Amino acid sequence: MMNYIWGGMIIASLIVSVFTGRVEQTAAAAVSGAGEAVNLSISLLGIMCLWTGISKIGEDAGLIRVISKFLSPALKRLFPKLRRDSDAFGSVVMNIVANLLGMGNAATPLGISAVGKLKKLNGGKSSASNEMCMLVVLNTASLQLIPTTLISLRQNWGSASPGAVIPAIWICEICALAVGITMVKLLEKRF
Amino acid sequence: MELISAYSVPCFIFIFIIYGFAKKTDIYASFTTGAKSGLESAFNIIPSLIGLMTAIYMFRESGCLELVTRAASPLTDLIHMPSDLVPLGLLRPVSGSASLAVVTDIFKNFGPDSPRGRIASIMMGSTETTFYTVAVYFGSAGIKNVRHTLFAALAADLTGILMSVFLVQFFGF
Repeated sequence: MMNYIWGGMIIASLIVSVFTGRVEQTAAAAVSGAGEAVNLSISLLGIMCLWTGISKIGEDAGLIRVISKFLSPALKRLFPKLRRDSDAFGSVVMNIVANLLGMGNAATPLGISAVGKLKKLNGGKSSASNEMCMLVVLNTASLQLIPTTLISLRQNWGSASPGAVIPAIWICEICALAVGITMVKLLEKRF
Repeated sequence: MELISAYSVPCFIFIFIIYGFAKKTDIYASFTTGAKSGLESAFNIIPSLIGLMTAIYMFRESGCLELVTRAASPLTDLIHMPSDLVPLGLLRPVSGSASLAVVTDIFKNFGPDSPRGRIASIMMGSTETTFYTVAVYFGSAGIKNVRHTLFAALAADLTGILMSVFLVQFFGF
């Protein structure tokens, strides 16, 4: 898919630039875009490392496990058929908590192992179970409490209050999550 | 509200370090190990960022972006969405680096505190790279039939996109 999007954008830009008479500006934009990408990466480097470092402390200290205990009663409702002491449910909850804490590096392996365990419970079928659909939809809705990359990007471009968007992001996340969960529950009988 | 936005980041760091102390974790070693993995992932996205920011800057300068936003404007005007945000809405579920590049472009042209900048921030922060996530999780477990997952996930994305517009345009966030 990225082949078509990326290639298509460049080809379309070049063709349109001939008609708009902006060939030179478009060529210049290619150069400045490439340079800007490196600037952006360098400026985000420090803050990204700071956050992965901080979240590694939480990971090593076992913070994911502790918060998982608090959240598992609530999450049990989303996965009614999973036994609470099962291995699969443990991975599911830890994946969700890692997402909440913004530990992308820890969340993905936990999620992949959770889907693997759910597949085993489902008799190894190649079709997704209801629990898998719920887990993946929860993962596609952003659960992250502090959007660290975004905040540092805002800071870079001179925002007066980089964190000002956090409450709005939470409201938005909750609405999106509510719709996602409702859709999963409504549609699981139809598919 | 202001309290939440000003204190959430320091609180977060405080809790992690205090908890690390309480559990007698070797916090400094953990920090540096974690920071090193951040370095790797930051370096890993550089090639795709170069490719995508080149494409997005070309797209804007050639006048293509204007064509797209003008074509979408009847629909976006209806929901009071600035049409410059259409590319972000379209690319967000597909690619994380591409949407990061678009947000950078919006911040550069309008500023992060402008209405467009705020909508872009909220949209970026409250949605995820849906297609990538579905592909990674199901692909690695060998699940071929994803059933209703994509549909539900895209409905959630659409909600996030619309809500980010409404929160800024009607509720003054």
